[in-house]
Amino acid sequence: MNPYNYLYVSAILFTIGAVGVVVRRNAIVVFMCVELMLNAANLSFVTFSRINGTLDGQVVAFFTMVVAACEVVVGLAIIVTIYRSRRSASIDDASLLKR
Amino acid sequence: MLTIQTPEAVMFWFLAPLSVVAALGMLLVKKAVHSALLLAWVMITLAIFYIAQDALFLGIVQIVVYTGAVMMLFLFILMLVGVDASDSLTETIPGLRPIAITAALGFGGLLVSLIGRAKLGHDAYGLTAANSEGNVQGLAQLLFSTYVWPFEVVSSLLITAALGAMVLAHHQRAVPRATQREQAIARFRGASLGSAAGLPNPGVFARHNAVDVPALLPDGSAAPNSISATLKARGDMLDSAQFELGEVDNTVTEEK
Repeated sequence: MNPYNYLYVSAILFTIGAVGVVVRRNAIVVFMCVELMLNAANLSFVTFSRINGTLDGQVVAFFTMVVAACEVVVGLAIIVTIYRSRRSASIDDASLLKR
Repeated sequence: MLTIQTPEAVMFWFLAPLSVVAALGMLLVKKAVHSALLLAWVMITLAIFYIAQDALFLGIVQIVVYTGAVMMLFLFILMLVGVDASDSLTETIPGLRPIAITAALGFGGLLVSLIGRAKLGHDAYGLTAANSEGNVQGLAQLLFSTYVWPFEVVSSLLITAALGAMVLAHHQRAVPRATQREQAIARFRGASLGSAAGLPNPGVFARHNAVDVPALLPDGSAAPNSISATLKARGDMLDSAQFELGEVDNTVTEEK
């Protein structure tokens, strides 16, 4: 086995996350799929760090985790705010601009 | 030169399919809570991958921050927003799903074939040299020398995000909250005095735990407003007649 196999897993997980963002309609599930994409990218960083023999990739993955944590905090606050005014967590219901 | 030992290969071929299946399950299951649990599993497998790839610190952080904090936050919000929040799997935009799947197959195939064809120009080095002083020490050395500026920027980002969440979650009342005195006055000025002393309690029956059974009014009819509105909405209201005694035994025998 060679370490590139981790990259394949990472690519597959990223693709699945992207499909989830497009296909699912519940805002929270969409958000979880974004998290899946971020995690898949992290796996690539860690694998490349190992392939290249330096720790820089791990530092970048660490920063990604921090940014993802920020994103979760703000994103979930937005979802809760929308839910409070519209009583729905479906992304189809937040379409006021269209009408 | 990096050689991958057999245990890691076994671990990889065991966990990688499981994580991909769990990620696919995330898309296919109907309930958001199940999606969250599957995502937690994917994150745990990723943590194991990190640890197997000599990224001990990141593996632990992955478990603590992601499966610990982030997934808890997700589950918390799910409970707040309502587990039964409408999440149908029906297509709302016609033709979206086939297009999405085709695009995903194309994109995934492109990525995989790219990785398959790419040549790095050198063999994989492995992290034995970089981790010679320990993984955490190596990371700390980089974090506080080369990456000290991004580190500070990220810290300000964290503070901003916390403030932003507080601003978003802050709820300003449009009208001031009614005081107890105003509530009491409103109750007595209401349409009927029936609820002035408070609503009746649910019925108390010897043969049933009675929160879902209406109380009986003095004339023997049931009082539906003695049941909590939540139970009523769920349809969990029972008929109180079945818990009444059929006939009252009036023959009291005097003892002695």
